[in-house]
Amino acid sequence: MKVALFVPCYVDAFFPEVGIATLELLERLGCEVDYPLEQTCCGQPMANSGCHAEARDTEALFARNFAGYEHIVTPSGSCAHHVRDQLTAIGQTAEVTAVRRSTRELVEFLHDVLGVREFPWAEFPHKVGLHIGCATLRRLREASASEIGEPAFSKPARLLGAVKGIEIVHPERVDECCGFGGTFSVDEEPVSAKMGHDKVADHLAAGAEVIVSPDMSCLMHQRGCAQRSGAPIRFLHIAQVLNGSAA
Amino acid sequence: MSRVDHAEASSRFIEAKDHAEFHDKRLWDLRKKRDAETQAIPEWEELRSLASAIKEHTLSHLGDYLVEFERNATANGMVVHWARDAAEHNQVVYEILQAHGVTTLVKSKSMLTDECEMRPFLANRGIETMETDLGERIQQLDDEPPSHIVVPAVHKLRGDVAEVFGRTIGTDPGNSDVAYLAESQRRQTRPYYLKAEAGMTGANFAIAETGSFVVCTNEGNADLGANLPSLHIASIGIEKLLPKLEHLGVFVRMLSRSALGSPITQITSHFRAPRPDSEIHVVLVDNGRSDRLGMDDFWYSLKCIRCGACMNTCPVYRRSGGLSYGATYSGPIGVIIDPTFNLRKYSSLPFASTLNGSCTSVCPVKIDIHEQIYKWRQIIAERHQLPMVKKEAMRLAGKVLSSPRLYRAAVEAAAAGIEKLPRSLVYNPFNAWGRQREVPAAPAQTFRQWYLKHRRGGSR
Repeated sequence: MKVALFVPCYVDAFFPEVGIATLELLERLGCEVDYPLEQTCCGQPMANSGCHAEARDTEALFARNFAGYEHIVTPSGSCAHHVRDQLTAIGQTAEVTAVRRSTRELVEFLHDVLGVREFPWAEFPHKVGLHIGCATLRRLREASASEIGEPAFSKPARLLGAVKGIEIVHPERVDECCGFGGTFSVDEEPVSAKMGHDKVADHLAAGAEVIVSPDMSCLMHQRGCAQRSGAPIRFLHIAQVLNGSAA
Repeated sequence: MSRVDHAEASSRFIEAKDHAEFHDKRLWDLRKKRDAETQAIPEWEELRSLASAIKEHTLSHLGDYLVEFERNATANGMVVHWARDAAEHNQVVYEILQAHGVTTLVKSKSMLTDECEMRPFLANRGIETMETDLGERIQQLDDEPPSHIVVPAVHKLRGDVAEVFGRTIGTDPGNSDVAYLAESQRRQTRPYYLKAEAGMTGANFAIAETGSFVVCTNEGNADLGANLPSLHIASIGIEKLLPKLEHLGVFVRMLSRSALGSPITQITSHFRAPRPDSEIHVVLVDNGRSDRLGMDDFWYSLKCIRCGACMNTCPVYRRSGGLSYGATYSGPIGVIIDPTFNLRKYSSLPFASTLNGSCTSVCPVKIDIHEQIYKWRQIIAERHQLPMVKKEAMRLAGKVLSSPRLYRAAVEAAAAGIEKLPRSLVYNPFNAWGRQREVPAAPAQTFRQWYLKHRRGGSR
């Protein structure tokens, strides 16, 4: 299957290992992966700040880069959400709407499109706290939300459950927002940092050694908090665990 | 009017560590109770859809139902008044009170009268208002607005209440026993029910079909205030209408479950007609609601039944406190209502959200709160109400991120550059990210650089 890989700007700049794990995992699963070289960002930072005029050219560039692909995969839930549900600063041509429809977060793609249920190459003998970003949880609906009375499900947990040796532990506030929130993290620094430190503490109390997430931006924020407070906890993107590239 | 600085106010809130922790835990506890109560009802999601549909229907026929309510309430013997805005509301109330020679008013909780700033208006004209709801009374004595629409003094610890009561009603400031404080307030308030010439309530629902209105409370204070004096005034926002009595059951089942995680309020009072030798006056208040009803993107906010569930679930509200919003309505519902009153003053509020969306999930009438927050941000940007620094940062980001060449230069230099910057520059008070968090370490190469090396330009 042919797949276009979108590596979000902050992953490209700060977490190349996440892009590499995603690429290797897709290749391992038999995908032919294209990485359009002129890609930058999906426009979310500007659009989430209300600045649609400023998001327009970036969104247009995204649509141009990924036009014509049947599957566009990204290791970031909020970017996938932006493209699919909110990439509206530009005209909605047939090409743009096709790009939007075809974009999926990595877990969705593995779980729903490829239908992968086994990762025989992956082993991760650790206590893992699973963090699902809010866009991934409530917009992409990759898992049930604790405030909604619905049968429990979790696509990320289901995939991780297939990794040898892994033990998932649950914080008390299982899906409370960690406070990243894009530009919120700097606009509202006091609350954002408080939420991040609280989130890390909740995972520590549950006995987590590693926090794993399909959302690297949330992890960037939580990791920054943990490093500042000296909390003994590591952070990995779900692609790194599923690819077996982290031990 | 100056802008509310939510971030700055929340910083002060968080500094008071004990208060901040208590506030967060107390409200999270309400959220958990709400989850348990709502999830015990198999048809909860159906109820939400039904409640939303009833409200949308009512709002889209609001003029007809208001006229029907007025007709039926008048036939029941109530007097119905109309108020275009806060000033008119206050004037109407004052004239009723003046005509009856009222100097003391006992009042139960009503966000609408806070919205209209009625208490100081009446005080300036020689009429004393006694708040009878415990939380509201604490806030009145401390000269602070309510910080939560259901639990007005939730940001205070009991020691704070002991201090306020000690200072104002003469209790022992060192005694913070809850029963002692509640009993003291009760004893101080009781005589007012007999002394007051008028009682005032709000209303949770007004029924067009019956011309009656419903007040849901837990303390019994509203009923004393409404039934002891011979004059009862109810201030009701025009969005509180329901078409028929049969619709009420849907909302009564949802209100307290959403608000406090209890199946129903202790008291649900129906007011239909005045007692013999008494009067009931209803003031139907617009104060911006008709304008809001005309806003394509925001009229859904009028479905709100003021349960506060969105506030209790909101991680930002729980960690910043209601007063940090600088408005009558705080938390997620405040964030989408307040800008309709004053866009400039409240322009920071839609940014006091991570857009996590749990507010939308708990809302019993399915207001798409986080979507409205997202839309308000666009309006604020379009109407040039963003801070200059932010606007400029976004302009620059848009320029760099839309140019592959500029983008690559930036990320490749930034990655290499952060390492070289002195720590004092990265972690200074002006760098919001680095104040309480570490900045990610710079990798040796970007993903793209790795890719070019290992996959040799495998683009299409």
